[in-house]
Amino acid sequence: MTDSTPLVQLVDVALGPQDWLTLFLHYLSLSLLSIGGAITTAPDMHRFLVDQQGWLTDAQFNASIAIAQAAPGPNVLFVALLGWNVGLNAGGMLTGLLGVLVAMTGILIPSTTLTYLAASWGHRNRELRAVRAFKQGMAPIVVALLIATGWILATANGGTLKNWPLWLVIATTALVVWRTRMHMLWLLGAGALLGYVGWI
Amino acid sequence: MTILTRHTGKSDNVRMRSTTDEPRAQPESLADLFMSFTLLALQGFGGVLAVVQREMVEKKRWLTREEFVEDWAVAQIMPGPNVVNLSLMIGSRYFGFKGAMAALAGMLAAPLVIVLLLALLYAQFAGHPGVQGALRGMGAVAAGLIAGTGLKLFGALQKNVLGLALCVVFGVLCFVAIALLRWPLAYVLLGLGGLACVVAFKKLAP
Repeated sequence: MTDSTPLVQLVDVALGPQDWLTLFLHYLSLSLLSIGGAITTAPDMHRFLVDQQGWLTDAQFNASIAIAQAAPGPNVLFVALLGWNVGLNAGGMLTGLLGVLVAMTGILIPSTTLTYLAASWGHRNRELRAVRAFKQGMAPIVVALLIATGWILATANGGTLKNWPLWLVIATTALVVWRTRMHMLWLLGAGALLGYVGWI
Repeated sequence: MTILTRHTGKSDNVRMRSTTDEPRAQPESLADLFMSFTLLALQGFGGVLAVVQREMVEKKRWLTREEFVEDWAVAQIMPGPNVVNLSLMIGSRYFGFKGAMAALAGMLAAPLVIVLLLALLYAQFAGHPGVQGALRGMGAVAAGLIAGTGLKLFGALQKNVLGLALCVVFGVLCFVAIALLRWPLAYVLLGLGGLACVVAFKKLAP
C-alpha cells in the first residue's frame, strides 16, 4: 500500500498545543501579507512548514497545491490541505480536521475583516472623489491583471511554443468565453477529455 | 481636446448612475446568497472568477459590469484570496455582515469537503497518465477562462474617466510588468495602480 502511494507518504510529527498555536499565528501573520491571493505567500508557507518545522514533506506540499488547483472552488483551499496534511502527520483524521480549522481561520480572519471594513467604508463614501478615483484608476489595471493571469497560467502549464495544441486550446477557450455564453463546464469537460486522450 | 470632452461626459455619467435608483435584480435571502455562491464555487475549476462574472453579472444581474470591475479592484488590492474577498463584498452589498458571511460560507463550505475527498483519492490516481493529462487539459482551459473574462471586462472601461486610450496604455503596461517581467504584484498595484488613481483623481476634478 505504502509503495503505491509514494506521493503522499506521511511523516510522524508530534504537535503540542504550543505548536498548534504557532501554526495559527504563522497563518495569521501571512494573511495580511497575501496581497494578490494566498498563493503569493506559498513560498513562505513552504519555508515554515517544510524547511523550518519539518511538519510536511515536499511531496505533501506540492500535492496540496496541485489538488486544490484541480478541485472546484477558490484556490485558497490549498491552505486547508496544508493544514490537513500537517494534522494527518500529527495523528489522524481528527487532528487533520483541527489542522484545516487552524490554517483556514488563520489565513482568512485578518484579511476578510480588513476587506469587510474597507469595503463598507468605501461603500458609505462612494461619492468621495478619492474613492471614485481609486475605482476608476484601478479598473484598467485589474482588467489587464486577468489577462496577465491567463498568460502566466498558460506558460506554467508547459505552454511553450512547441506545445501549440495547448495554446490552441487556451486561445479557443478565451475566444469562446469572450464572445459566447457557452457554459464553462462544457469547456472544462472538453479540456479534460482532450488531455485524457493525450492530445494536449 | 477629445480627452476633455470625453472626461466631462464620463463624470456626468458616473454621477447619474450612482444617484438614480433603477430597480435591479438582487438576492432574495441569505439562503439564496449562500446557495448561489455554493453553486458557482462548484463550477469554478482552476479559479472561480470567470464563473462569478458570468453568474453575477450576465445571468443573475446582481451587478453591472462596471460595478463588478470596481469591486474586483478592491478585492485585488486587499490582502487575502481575491474571490473570497469578492464574495464577501457582494454579499455585504445586500445583507450587510450577515450577507458577507453567507456568501463566504457558500464559497468555501462545499468546495472544502470536495477538496478533502480529492486529497484522500489523490494517492490512487495521481500517477495515472490519463488523469495527469486531464488535469493539464483543464489547466489550459482555466487559463483561457481567465484571459477571456479579462477581454470581456475590457468593455467595462469604455465609460472610464481615464478615457479608453489611457486605459489601454495602463493595461498594456500592467500586462508587461506582470506577465512578461514577472514583477511582484504588490509593486505593480501600488506603482502603476497608484499612478492611474492619481490621474483619475485629477480628471474627476469638479
